[in-house]
Amino acid sequence: MGSAFPAELRRARKPRTLPPLDVLAVVAAGGALGSLLRYGAYLTWPGPFSTFLVNVIGCVAIGVLMFVITELVTAHRLVRPFLGVGVLGGFTTFSTYVADAVHLVAGGQPAFALVYLAGTVLSCLLAVAVGLLAARSAARAFGRG
Amino acid sequence: MTFVLVAIGGAFGACLRFLTDRWVQARHDTGFPWGTLTANSIGSLVLGILTGAALFGLQLPELQALIGVGFCGALTTFSTFGYESVRLLADGARLYAVLNVLGTVLAGIGSGVLGVVLAAAFWA
Repeated sequence: MGSAFPAELRRARKPRTLPPLDVLAVVAAGGALGSLLRYGAYLTWPGPFSTFLVNVIGCVAIGVLMFVITELVTAHRLVRPFLGVGVLGGFTTFSTYVADAVHLVAGGQPAFALVYLAGTVLSCLLAVAVGLLAARSAARAFGRG
Repeated sequence: MTFVLVAIGGAFGACLRFLTDRWVQARHDTGFPWGTLTANSIGSLVLGILTGAALFGLQLPELQALIGVGFCGALTTFSTFGYESVRLLADGARLYAVLNVLGTVLAGIGSGVLGVVLAAAFWA
């Protein structure tokens, strides 16, 4: 797909070297924290509903976070690795979403599995957009946009 | 104890996703989020194997917490996938946004089902 991809969207290749250890450390800490929060949600509401809720909340949050650190403030260099890659990446999950669908099919609910698969994707994409737009509106309301 | 296993798995999963994304995105400059797609597919495959093992009667609660909830849960992500898709859409690369969404969902489901089939071959 290389040549067909819009030239203006090309990104510089990421470095081949290992990332700094402090960055890796905050990714690990954030991943542990995000996973614990997700597990807590699962213990509170076991089943696909908790995965759905976790993924939607995490998508609103990444929208807010990315607006704040790319358009509003100059964030410390560890903020994105900790909150974005670590906490929100560890909190939200794609594998459990797939496993939930497998469980639904195995439990004799294939139609619900399809609704869950499509519903989560659409809700999450919408949630990212809502997070971005809500953060932008809030920034404007406070005269920072 | 379960919380400790989830946290350890989550820490390793998030690091492996971060390293996988850097490794993949260091090998092309298209801007297409192949790195997240790769992490999501690998995590879905591994969790598919674990899910299949459980479905076929292999009960390993500690491994489920460490590898399933922690490691696979954190290796895969919906927030980064969602953000990268919306970013492609907002940047006007509609076709690539659609390809990323369909490609990730199909690769993830395919990997998960493959994992279940592999588990069936071993434990059913």
